[in-house]
Amino acid sequence: MKDEVTREERVAGLKGMGCSRKRVEDARFTQGKGNYVDDVKLPGMLHGDFVRSPYAHARIKSINIDAAMALPGVTAVLTAKDLEPLSLHWMPTLAGDKQMVLADGKVLFQGQEVAFVVASDRYVAADAVELVEVEYEELEVLVDPFKSLESDVVLREDLVAEDGSIPPGAHGPRKHPNHIFKWEAGEEEATNQVIDNAEVVATEEMYYHRTHPCPLETCGSVASMDKVNGKLTLWGTFQAPHVVRTVASLLSGIEEHNIRVISPDIGGGFGNKVGVYPGYVCSIVASIVTGVPVKWVEDRMENLMSTAFARDYWMKGKISATKEGKITGLHCHVTADHGAFDACADPTKFPAGFMNICTGSYDIPTAYLGVDGVYTNKAPGGVSYRCSFRVTEAVYFIERMIEVLAIELDMDPAELRSINFIKKDQFPYTAALGWEYDSGDYQTAWDKALEAVDYKGLRAEQAQRVADFKAGKTRKVMGIGLSFFTEIVGAGPVKNCDILGMGMFDSCEIRIHPTGSAVARLGTISQGQGHATTFAQILATEIGLSADSITIEEGDTDTAPYGLGTYGSRSTPVAGAATAMAGRKIRAKAQMIAAYLLEVHDDDVEFDVDRFVVKGAPERFKTMKEIAYAAYNQAIPGLEPGLEAVSYYDPPNMTYPFGAYVCVMDIDVDTGVPEIRRFYALDDCGTRINPMVIEGQIHGGLTEALAVALGQEIAYDDMGNVKTGTLMDFFLPTAWEVPNYETDYTVTPSPHHPIGAKGVGESPHVGGVPCFSNAVQDAFRPFGNRHTNMPHDHWRIWQTANNLGLHD
Amino acid sequence: MSNKMHVKLNVNGEDHEFLAEPRELLIYALREKLNITGPHVGCETSHCGACTVTMNGKSVKSCTVFVAQANGAEVTTIEGLGGPDALHVLQENFKEHHGLQCGFCTPGMITRAAKLLEENPNPTEEEVRFGIAGNICRCTGYQNIVKSILSAASELNAAKEAAQ
Repeated sequence: MKDEVTREERVAGLKGMGCSRKRVEDARFTQGKGNYVDDVKLPGMLHGDFVRSPYAHARIKSINIDAAMALPGVTAVLTAKDLEPLSLHWMPTLAGDKQMVLADGKVLFQGQEVAFVVASDRYVAADAVELVEVEYEELEVLVDPFKSLESDVVLREDLVAEDGSIPPGAHGPRKHPNHIFKWEAGEEEATNQVIDNAEVVATEEMYYHRTHPCPLETCGSVASMDKVNGKLTLWGTFQAPHVVRTVASLLSGIEEHNIRVISPDIGGGFGNKVGVYPGYVCSIVASIVTGVPVKWVEDRMENLMSTAFARDYWMKGKISATKEGKITGLHCHVTADHGAFDACADPTKFPAGFMNICTGSYDIPTAYLGVDGVYTNKAPGGVSYRCSFRVTEAVYFIERMIEVLAIELDMDPAELRSINFIKKDQFPYTAALGWEYDSGDYQTAWDKALEAVDYKGLRAEQAQRVADFKAGKTRKVMGIGLSFFTEIVGAGPVKNCDILGMGMFDSCEIRIHPTGSAVARLGTISQGQGHATTFAQILATEIGLSADSITIEEGDTDTAPYGLGTYGSRSTPVAGAATAMAGRKIRAKAQMIAAYLLEVHDDDVEFDVDRFVVKGAPERFKTMKEIAYAAYNQAIPGLEPGLEAVSYYDPPNMTYPFGAYVCVMDIDVDTGVPEIRRFYALDDCGTRINPMVIEGQIHGGLTEALAVALGQEIAYDDMGNVKTGTLMDFFLPTAWEVPNYETDYTVTPSPHHPIGAKGVGESPHVGGVPCFSNAVQDAFRPFGNRHTNMPHDHWRIWQTANNLGLHD
Repeated sequence: MSNKMHVKLNVNGEDHEFLAEPRELLIYALREKLNITGPHVGCETSHCGACTVTMNGKSVKSCTVFVAQANGAEVTTIEGLGGPDALHVLQENFKEHHGLQCGFCTPGMITRAAKLLEENPNPTEEEVRFGIAGNICRCTGYQNIVKSILSAASELNAAKEAAQ
């Protein structure tokens, strides 16, 4: 066979790693043919809806369902009493706590699930919700975690012994009935000593406000119990479908092989769809009770009020340095408001997630972190909103502490960062709080970023602006926001990362078809990241078949291998690695087949793009397509027929993507309106699989960062009422508020990942929040600002200006 | 409930008749009665635009239109703009410029963009941004959506010029 195609053309034809392959998902999404959970429609399907508590803390005296049951079309109204015989009135949370599925005697937050109505359609269900009569006796409400820790009001009576003593929780001793855990990392005494004896010390307190991932699609599920065959099928908005299957099995007693969990297309997740929610459990129970499929889809207000808040960290920091700016110590204490149940979605051993990455990108020799988790009368959750576990909080903390230290030292904050970066030759670098950073070249990235924006020129312009402002020539101040972040993603090594005891490996299973196309199934699930496009690219490069000939499937637990799902930027670091490793198994067998076909020894052939060639004789080769056909149709001595592989990948370490961001902002001090003039984002996510998809992820993550920094908030009043329960009050930026972003990159591959990739989806959020916030704060720094809390909405910015006397 | 009314709708060129309670929202009639599931429900308060359709020549949020208000109307959804045999130029450009990620906002976004380009065939970037400000996307940060729409506009204009 004459080969007239050049090698370059063969490489391009693969559409493998490194090219901006267009997305295969887009055909169905642009034509309205996506299949989201609310599109699932089954014969005889009923609709479920919740009766929710209007109170944040109350005892339930009675529930009367008679009027609701009398409404035509209503099939059932479930309360905790109905679930109790099944032991389903409470369920375990991912954080080792337990949570009421339906209110058991009392309610602990506004919007808590009290009863579940099942009816013929969503309108009848909503009507019936109004007809359920619940008598409440209001109790004192605690929305402030500091007050909660001092209060005589016990929120969780189930966690106090009969003699009044406080048994330890899932994460050790508790000092108060409303205390969940104390988690520590590093050496407190040594850190205090360093700080007490330091030349310069900066302290700051900051509140990282409560917010919510708010994907455009809310959470929902459809449960269908086939009583004839004893099989339960569950469709839902699950970022971790296999975990849901295991939890559903443990809760229901249905054997795991009789449960099929399907995550169809998911309309954005951002952490919201990691947890297990009462709605999922109730739809399952209702289907078992009624014998027909039951759908539950929450509305937007229910979504914002009850499923998966993020953040809510009260952080107190001390940072010490020499007069020259070399950081010597860091002390951080967090009071973490977890709401009514500890339902954080963190690996078991990390009740505060990876908050102990809070030494950031800097070589800080001594550090300490202490986190106290606290119950309050707020919704449970504590998910990682577009970030690895609590990494956004950690990076915000250190990037604010750096800015405050720069003020203390009267030093340029860019220079202060340079002085303290972990140097390129220090990697792998073990941080004071324990993590081993895999690779990095921070200074190169930083220099590139500062040069790209002409940082010196910007500072000169800012100085001129300050002079003009003081001279009354302008009412706009100018801020230069900096951030340099290191993420810790790809959880994670099974030795220290598990959720509910399930190790956080991930998986890929590949079947090559005889004609040289393939299907690969993974334990992850895309929610917009484009896995069907990018994982095919990894495989194309690894096995030499075009990405266009490879179907990627995820989300069906009957077909996909077990995996821990998609969150914490773990898909590429873990499942991506499994994909490459499974591909290499395919290649190893293909090599033997090729050698047999070419009548040479296995070692005498080598892989080249899409074929195996005889070493030194490139005209003698077998393409992967030919090899695939032979694998099924030719008897090869010593080899089984077929060409399949599976890999379960337990990563040896996390990956550590990093980046350098700069935001230039003008702020009208009289209106408080910030105008983002420029945003430059340099990301280093190691090996780049699809630059187009990476850039898209960065645009999106930055926009969610903008939202959180500049206005998005789940706020409560003193009675525990949610003040931001609709999109009228909860800020989601529109195209009108969002700037165009400039993206850039460096490439520092991960040394332990099979293809060197680190993951990118969450970096822009992690790095973006402090960058936007620092821009606002930097604008007011020349006028005496040190720190103000987010979200920097127009009103708060105006207040900052007012407090600094800029309206005088 | 037995206060159902007889509703006539023309959706994507096809006539439909069905019984519905007047309070039923247009989005649910489309999705659940007619199985037209391209438009989505994101908020039910008109903020997010995932349910955007064209009704009698105007972009509307079908989550806040009662089916009684829509009686007799002509409605176009994403399914009516283009399909496998002939994609709408916006559908092509959204793919080309990576103007979508999770896809949940996309049907409403493209439906709105199509109407925007009818109203203003040659918009500036600012006009596009303002024109789609009623449609929220949580994934893309809009940059590539704006690019997709501007690119579609110039393709449409070039095609028009070529035809003249």
